Amino acid sequence: MCLLVSSGMTYAATITVGKDRPIQSINKAIQMAQDGDSILVEAGYYDEGNIRVDKKLAIIGINKPVIDGKKKTEPFSIRSPYVLIQGFVIKSSGHSAMNDIAGVKIYNTHHVTVKDNVLEDNFFGIYAQNSKHCQFINNKLQAYGKAEQLIGNGIHGWKSDSLTIQGNIIKGHRDGIYLEFVTHTQVENNLSDSNLRYGLHFMFSHDNSYIHNTFRANGAGVAVMYTNRVTMKHNVFEENWGDAAYGLLLKDISDSEITNNRFDRNTTAIFMEGSNRCHLEHNEFMGNGWALKVQASCMDNTFFHNNFFQNTFDVATNGSLSLNTFKKNYWDKYEGYDIDRDGVGDIPYRPVSLFSMLVERYPTAMILFRSFMVTLFDRTERLIPSLTPESLKDDQPLMKSVKV
Amino acid sequence: MNKIIRYVFADLLKNRTIVIYTLLLFTLSISIFNMESSSEKGLVSLMNIILFVVPLVSIIFSSIYLYNSAEFINLLVSQPLQRQKIWCSLFIGLASAMCISFLLGVGIPTLLFEASLSGLTLIGSGLFLSIIFVSVAMLISVWIRDKSKGIGLAILLWLYFALLFDALVLFFLFQFSDYPIENAMVAISMLNPIDICRIFMLLQVDLSAMMGYTGAIFRDFFGTGTGMAITAIIMALWAIIPVALSIRYFKKKDL
Repeated sequence: MCLLVSSGMTYAATITVGKDRPIQSINKAIQMAQDGDSILVEAGYYDEGNIRVDKKLAIIGINKPVIDGKKKTEPFSIRSPYVLIQGFVIKSSGHSAMNDIAGVKIYNTHHVTVKDNVLEDNFFGIYAQNSKHCQFINNKLQAYGKAEQLIGNGIHGWKSDSLTIQGNIIKGHRDGIYLEFVTHTQVENNLSDSNLRYGLHFMFSHDNSYIHNTFRANGAGVAVMYTNRVTMKHNVFEENWGDAAYGLLLKDISDSEITNNRFDRNTTAIFMEGSNRCHLEHNEFMGNGWALKVQASCMDNTFFHNNFFQNTFDVATNGSLSLNTFKKNYWDKYEGYDIDRDGVGDIPYRPVSLFSMLVERYPTAMILFRSFMVTLFDRTERLIPSLTPESLKDDQPLMKSVKV
Repeated sequence: MNKIIRYVFADLLKNRTIVIYTLLLFTLSISIFNMESSSEKGLVSLMNIILFVVPLVSIIFSSIYLYNSAEFINLLVSQPLQRQKIWCSLFIGLASAMCISFLLGVGIPTLLFEASLSGLTLIGSGLFLSIIFVSVAMLISVWIRDKSKGIGLAILLWLYFALLFDALVLFFLFQFSDYPIENAMVAISMLNPIDICRIFMLLQVDLSAMMGYTGAIFRDFFGTGTGMAITAIIMALWAIIPVALSIRYFKKKDL
């Protein structure tokens, strides 16, 4: 798409907007421009109200010109395909309870690129509505939301297809990245930090992949729902703390691949509910309160070659039946032996402790954790399992951690 | 008074049990830190042992020592000395001996392997527990004249604090789980110094799990400045009240 624009540029006119140029307004430049033209905007402060882009234009800021919505309007509304917005500081969009006003909003079109911008203190950051093949690359989004209902999402996709969301840094919005009815999308190398609700949130968004992202210290971690065929690889989920906070919450997620992720110091690293046929491999769970909470409504998930280090509880569940497979994981709490020296423990490991079942039902019991009484209960239960699910066990626990 | 303290202290340092106790703690700490893959994990295992062993040794050793030195106490009482001072010196001598052997046995290895906030919490908890259980032993030995009964009561009290109390709390929790009992749980945990120490350690080593809903309540209390101050005061009360009671009793006691 960039190629298309840049090849268009060679034939098309270039209009420069600046304070000491004949054309001082971006809106005026857009009126004058033809499809395929470029508009270069020099550094400065532009109070343009709403900039409506309805032609195929490349609008490029030089030295970060500032577009101010003054908390009233939508800085950029894009209604044409093949538009490039690059190198701006876009700030202070209007707020509304009725409309989703965004720093850059894309309406029912395709092939729009938003690149290298700084979006500050906007209601929504970048918003794609019913659009295809859009790219959001290397933007920095920062908002200062105080309450969830008063702030929009950082990057918001609705009913869109084939988006590329890459290298963005999103802080202080409601959800860092929110996708609803968005398909075939790549989310890569983003950092979603300290957002009020979820770092990443998607619903009904099939066939998307999330690779090399970092989700850190978001209000409620990452929650993904009602989606099939998700690929999550090499992501980092860290420091999502609080009772409603999950490193990753999987609700009705099916046929998905979750591999090579790192879960570091979350209250609950992965919470699974109604999720089927997910494959978790080579993930590392380090220092979480609960590494896995697998509800009894989950079926046919496989946990293979994962590392569990220093988690308070490895696995918790709420039922007595488990239809998931745990195989060849490394558990640092495993106390078995390996007589034949094949690297696989000779007795199965039961990652669910009696006390974790107890805490699931009576959360206050947490106050008794690590008391001698509780340790005694756990030991007895491990010898003669009665309350913990009999089938939830790793028959081939590894003696050494897996390289991930 | 200083003379008596010095005498008791010197006598205790020569005591075989104290030496063995110190060596035991030292070897335990060193081997645990070497055995566990990470020193954080070592700290957790060490905590389990300390919460168990330190109160046991402090209470039983102190009461045995007091019963055995009954004649010495009688002798002191016959001298022109204030009874209060005699009893206080015994307490200070015993408590400082227990604290020193704890510092040597656990403090040094912990500082070597894990000189973090959680390590310091562990050392602080151990010192507090040593003093508190010496104080409880003082009360027992002054209350009960019979040696075997007194030692029996010491063992029972230790059992109560280390085991039975938690079982009772668990029972209470099951019975009242439908009610908002989180604050009550915090209050109840104040009734057992071992629990206070354990919860403090939990907030260090199981922070992620304690950040959950109920954990947050405990954290809001134990993690804040006011909560810390209140807890410190309560721990101090745990150390002072038994010994103060025993002094009152000792002043009036027929020997």
